[in-house]
Amino acid sequence: MAVDAAEPPRTALRPLAVLKDALGTALLALGLAVPILALRTEQNISNELILQPRWNYVAIAVLAAFMARLLYLLVPALPRRRKASRKAGPRVTGRAISVAGLVLLVAYPLLALALVGQGGAIKWIDNFGIQILIYIMLGWGLNIVVGLAGLLDLGYVAFYAVGAYSYALLATSDPVKAFMAEWLGPNFWPLWAFWICLPVAGLMAAFWGILLGFPVLRLRGDYLAIVTLAFGEIIRLVLINWVPVTNGYAGITSIPRPTFFGLPFNASDSGFAAFFGLPFTPLYRTIFLFYVILALALLTNWVTLRLRRLPVGRAWEALREDEIACRALGINTTNTKLTAFAIGAGFGGFAGSFFAARQGFISPESFTFMESAIVVAIVVLGGMGSQIGVAIAAIAMIGGTEILRELDWLKRVFGPDFEPTHYRMLLFGLAMVLLMIWRPRGLVAFRQPSIFLRERRAVRADMVREGHG
Amino acid sequence: MSVAAPPLLDVEHLTMRFGGLVAIDALSFAAARGEITAIIGPNGAGKTTVFNCITGFYKPTSGRLLLALGDADAGEVAALTASGRRWRNTAKGQIFLLERMPDYEIVARAHVARTFQNIRLFPGMTVLENLIVAQHNPLMAASGWTVLGLFGARRYVEAEARAVERAQYWLDKVGLMERADDPAGDLPYGAQRRLEIARAMCTEPALLCLDEPAAGLNPRESADLTAFLKSIQVEHGTSILLIEHDMSVVMEISHRVVVLEYGQKIADGPPDQVRNDPRVIAAYLGVEDEEVEKVEAEIAR
Amino acid sequence: MEYFIQQMINGVTLGSIYGLIAIGYTMVFGIIGMVNFAHGDVFMLSTFIALIFLMALTQILGIGSLAVALFVVLIAGMLLTSLWAWAIERLAYRPLRGSFRLAPLISAIGMSIFLSNLVQVTQGPRNKPVPSILSDVIMLSSGVDGYAVTLSYKQILIVVVTIVLLVAFWYVVQKTALGRAQRACEQDRRMAALLGIDVDRTISLTFVMGAALAAVAGLMFMIYYGVVHFNDGFVPGVKAFTAAVLGGIGSLPGAVLGGLLIGLIETLWSAYFSIDYKDVATFSILVVTLVFLPSGLLGRPDVEKV
Repeated sequence: MAVDAAEPPRTALRPLAVLKDALGTALLALGLAVPILALRTEQNISNELILQPRWNYVAIAVLAAFMARLLYLLVPALPRRRKASRKAGPRVTGRAISVAGLVLLVAYPLLALALVGQGGAIKWIDNFGIQILIYIMLGWGLNIVVGLAGLLDLGYVAFYAVGAYSYALLATSDPVKAFMAEWLGPNFWPLWAFWICLPVAGLMAAFWGILLGFPVLRLRGDYLAIVTLAFGEIIRLVLINWVPVTNGYAGITSIPRPTFFGLPFNASDSGFAAFFGLPFTPLYRTIFLFYVILALALLTNWVTLRLRRLPVGRAWEALREDEIACRALGINTTNTKLTAFAIGAGFGGFAGSFFAARQGFISPESFTFMESAIVVAIVVLGGMGSQIGVAIAAIAMIGGTEILRELDWLKRVFGPDFEPTHYRMLLFGLAMVLLMIWRPRGLVAFRQPSIFLRERRAVRADMVREGHG
Repeated sequence: MSVAAPPLLDVEHLTMRFGGLVAIDALSFAAARGEITAIIGPNGAGKTTVFNCITGFYKPTSGRLLLALGDADAGEVAALTASGRRWRNTAKGQIFLLERMPDYEIVARAHVARTFQNIRLFPGMTVLENLIVAQHNPLMAASGWTVLGLFGARRYVEAEARAVERAQYWLDKVGLMERADDPAGDLPYGAQRRLEIARAMCTEPALLCLDEPAAGLNPRESADLTAFLKSIQVEHGTSILLIEHDMSVVMEISHRVVVLEYGQKIADGPPDQVRNDPRVIAAYLGVEDEEVEKVEAEIAR
Repeated sequence: MEYFIQQMINGVTLGSIYGLIAIGYTMVFGIIGMVNFAHGDVFMLSTFIALIFLMALTQILGIGSLAVALFVVLIAGMLLTSLWAWAIERLAYRPLRGSFRLAPLISAIGMSIFLSNLVQVTQGPRNKPVPSILSDVIMLSSGVDGYAVTLSYKQILIVVVTIVLLVAFWYVVQKTALGRAQRACEQDRRMAALLGIDVDRTISLTFVMGAALAAVAGLMFMIYYGVVHFNDGFVPGVKAFTAAVLGGIGSLPGAVLGGLLIGLIETLWSAYFSIDYKDVATFSILVVTLVFLPSGLLGRPDVEKV
């Protein structure tokens, strides 16, 4: 049954009114630009503060606002806020997208090598591929908590940090190294630390998830969000200040890198390259890291998809829809919330330990609230609960901002002082706002049922509740 | 009157206070096994509060809510009360003190199910999913607390198939088979009500508590509902506790009617007896106590 | 003892600043149930606006009288900050009102990121030192034990301005039509609309009022701490939010009370325990309050009807 919402009647264009409106917008832009844009505080040679006028920028901003508003009013075809059409959801075509996406991901390093050669490939595989995959994994992990169970967690970075620091501390700790050297020989620990600590880091993070979750999971909605945010900040501050253990701002260095199951990626004779009779290049480790994070992310995905079809996953989604109805069906909602929290935290911990291993060095600066905000944005923008949506959102947001580093040609347009990277986060914030206004329910506007009788019909996103914690 | 079988639910001196307000005042009644007991009364009488106390959503200020699955003698009840525990296995079943139990446990262990005055379905999940979620606890056990299920153990696969069968049975009963894969939020009002009851039945309750199931239904739908509830009671032996305003439903199928006014019980008996009770009539009509006799005379005419 | 009194004075001053910011959080949450993540960055923006205006008046226009300059800066700062808050509400929050709880939250987080980076890009990432003004102090105690208790003019200014504004604010909320409309919208928005209250305008004005108060706090902050930085929105913002929660979110006197408490706790903690962990103390208070007393000290508990 398709009932389209009636289109609002088109009003006739009145040039004077349109002009007044656009002028009003320009005036607003002027008011907003003064003084932040107009006058820049600078320190002169004597280190005193002086003001530098930048009225040209103000003029540009005002003009841009005027033109934008004019366009918006004159072009009726621009996407206004239309009501969602009430057509029934489409059949499942997500399968095709998933398979295509998987093939693309697996083939990515080889594609990069083929297209840009050995020299450029490291950057593309590492800064883009690995970076995006880390965020995809974090997004999939948080999706369990926020997307499926509807628990608003703004402190996910805490579990990321626990995972990273668990691995770093265990791997570099002298007592552990000594212990391992005594029992399994001096070469054992540096070669196998990553593989042994990976599950340990995940378990530590999951344990923290339960610990943190216990007192706070009876809070609703916004309150849960704030508390988790506070927890995230507390952990960051403790990492900064508990210097004897975490080394404070200086961080932890010389973290052992992952090995190819015992073969280190170096130029030595016992290294990976020598073992396989290949010339040494740092590319091998990068490609290996890519496949490791890909495997971890796919594991997260597989577990999530399986869990959705099991009672615990259905309980998560039911919890999101109506917690009181869950309790009236005999479901212990506290345990349900705790499992969501713990499993989500565990995957965050895995991602964290991978991060530490890939960098070789970690410091509290990598674990700010901004990271939590980015991951939450990815989950919400993806469309709650949708794995594909989260992946697309991660690629769009992280890939989009990373690409800014590549746009050197913009220097030619805006002058040599123009650094696109400064605008990275600015555009990121703006993109978050605009994407939310355009698609409040996220990119993927459908939910796939986890069980069906005759056919699997997608549920429209506006039917699905967003959860109240 | 036949030899009284021990009641399924025995409410004794239930009192619920919210600060200074006494919502329920020393209420005592019993819901007989395998029968339909209705709770009626003007708005604000405390009916939903009674439900919330029985089903664990409120903690009663005082009173005893004894649920007996199977027989239980007074000695075992006293032992349970004294021991401070929440339930106890008896020679012939189990007994529960509901006032000591949290809401989900009452459903899971004491097999009490409920519906809500404002329908609480899972609107973003399909009709079938709603019914499967209701069978969460047995499925959870069969999946080995998820671990076995994660690896596709046969035990879980079979349990899920059985759950789907039970869902299909109830879908058929309420006539929603065709809409099994539609989101629950898309169903018309009457269908949503029926789904909520079917979902509650999927938990295999011994006591089904329905909060105004006929609210908002037209006479045809009410008649269907009445037949449906009757069939549940007769075919499944489920005891039903019913809050209702629609007298046609109440009088038609109830075995016993309890009348509340301002948190107190003013009548308790078979429908015909309650129907003619002057105090009940006065409560509904808002008549002064002195005028009750006048009203009685009117009705006699 | 003198040391303690000094800490109390400092704490009350700091608490006044937090209280002014907290009112913005609590009013917005009260009327539309949303945590305005961008409020802290609006505060940060106002510190820059205040600084720039002050410098423009003293350096470019050469106004000699400090009082006149400060007054003009105050008014201009309040106006411009309110304009920003109004624009943010119209562009980023209003389109998302009512549909989906998380969408305005994400939009607010995005706005917060946008604002702090906007200031970073336009003003530069370094700390901006403020030219020293009002540095005179009153000696309250010459310090027989060696510790001199001082009360600086800045502190007097902050507390006095805060009190004056709160009185004016209380008057507006309790006695004027706008305040009544606000309280009506807090209780039942749909009903208020049906009764003819312009809900959109009321909500916009709520944001504007919160921002105006934050602007005052911004000016005070700039004068008191003598340095502004584009990252100054996050931590003071969260602390002010903690104050609002502690006092009872939705309650105006609660926000003020919470602000004072947080200011005092932070100052006393830094003085007597450890300055490194003072922020941890504040965040921990937030957690403890929400877990054990979610409705705060003066708030009304929220009961969900079954």
